[in-house]
Amino acid sequence: MSDELAEKVQSAIATSKRIPREQISLDSTLESLGLDSLDQLNLLFALESDFNISIPDDEAKAIRTVREMVEGVRKLVAGSSGQAAATVA
Amino acid sequence: MSTAPRRVAVTGLGVICALGHDVPSFWNALCAGRSGIGRIETVDTTNVRIQNGAEVRDFDPAQHFEGAQVDLLDRFAQFALVAAREAVRDSGIEFTPELRQRTAVVTGSSVGGQNSQDSQFWAVYHNNSPRVHPLTIPRIMPNAGASHISMEFGISGPAFTISTACASSNHALGQAFAMVRSGAAELAIAGGSETPFSFGFLKAWEAMRVVAPDTCRPFSRDRRGLILGEGGAMLVLEPLERAQARGATVHAEIVGFGMSADAGHITTPSTEGPARAMAGALEDAQISAEAVGYINAHGTGTTNNDCTETRAIRQVFGAHADRLAVSSTKSMHGHALGGASALEAVATVLALRNAVLPPTANFTTPDPECDLDVVPNQSRAAEVEYALSNAFAFGGLNAVVAFRRAE
Repeated sequence: MSDELAEKVQSAIATSKRIPREQISLDSTLESLGLDSLDQLNLLFALESDFNISIPDDEAKAIRTVREMVEGVRKLVAGSSGQAAATVA
Repeated sequence: MSTAPRRVAVTGLGVICALGHDVPSFWNALCAGRSGIGRIETVDTTNVRIQNGAEVRDFDPAQHFEGAQVDLLDRFAQFALVAAREAVRDSGIEFTPELRQRTAVVTGSSVGGQNSQDSQFWAVYHNNSPRVHPLTIPRIMPNAGASHISMEFGISGPAFTISTACASSNHALGQAFAMVRSGAAELAIAGGSETPFSFGFLKAWEAMRVVAPDTCRPFSRDRRGLILGEGGAMLVLEPLERAQARGATVHAEIVGFGMSADAGHITTPSTEGPARAMAGALEDAQISAEAVGYINAHGTGTTNNDCTETRAIRQVFGAHADRLAVSSTKSMHGHALGGASALEAVATVLALRNAVLPPTANFTTPDPECDLDVVPNQSRAAEVEYALSNAFAFGGLNAVVAFRRAE
């Protein structure tokens, strides 16, 4: 599935790791992209800032692929907009 | 100045941390396997994921410092002084003018006066305060502990502070040991202190994602990270001959010191670096690996550290690794960063002196990648002649001190 959120996550990886966007696919593992523990921290920081979300440590630790990262961010974004809607209501 | 290496005795101990404000309460808690970890109370943690820490409870500076002296002292320097006073008192040393000039003070601190920095910077950044407290700089400086100890006792020999993150105090102890052994100093007060509980610093640790949400479970399969702690600990070192001549109680000897740098990753530890530091301490002490009975581990409780440290221990000790007791007292006093290895040095000295090995508390489940005898949950009676205390810092800087039971 190609969508705006997935694209934004992959762009964030490219920017954060300073690698060409074309190297990154949904099936890439973070390891295959050369992201070590500090790179992953930098990426999580970028994603939290870009999407205005808070990524829990345990969920972050479990992520191995770009697809998992996209879906994790999607879930958190849906959760936070749901919360916002509830607050407005 | 004598040139022959001298044996170095530990004749004074002082400590303050989450387990208590003095050595007896510290040791009682260690023996009981009682953890000092709880909800953080000195910082509003509403907007930070880190909720638990090992704080010093019920500490009233007014009980320890008179009048305006307290204005000069950040909490980390207060802890340095409280620990130094207990250590000096314990040593029974009587300073003469000559001895004051020949005494060294070496302290470790990773981040200095964190509380003062945070509160004063908050005042200018957030509250638009036009000024900060005029003593902000002398409170923040990481050498404040060493300076105040030197002033308190009139010590005018070499005094300095070492900052190597979580290995700071072991590096400090190692330098003090080297100076007393060589004759460059006749006496030394060495150790370290740290107070990492400020909102800004907790946010920084939160972003590192290595702090456990619950408690510190070193070497346990369900470990989820480290728990920050605060405190200070100091040791008085002097030549063994001098200690014996004045009839001092020798708690233990320091017999070796090893250092290394990973020269690898800024936060991911290597196996090789820690292994070389441990091997270096054994070589410096001129003892075999088989002589060691106990290791007070770096044992932070992070996934990476504990299995890397296990591999490093296996690399250095070979088959003897299965006969060693290895425990992490960070499970009880938390990780006091630049002060951590001073707390652990005191724990190690007491373990040798009292023939009781403190446990790794909060242990639930063995981890095949940490397959050492980690003295789970219960302290153990054991006569040990030699022990190591490990410290492996962020930045890949490693320092290991070797201790020997007093004769």
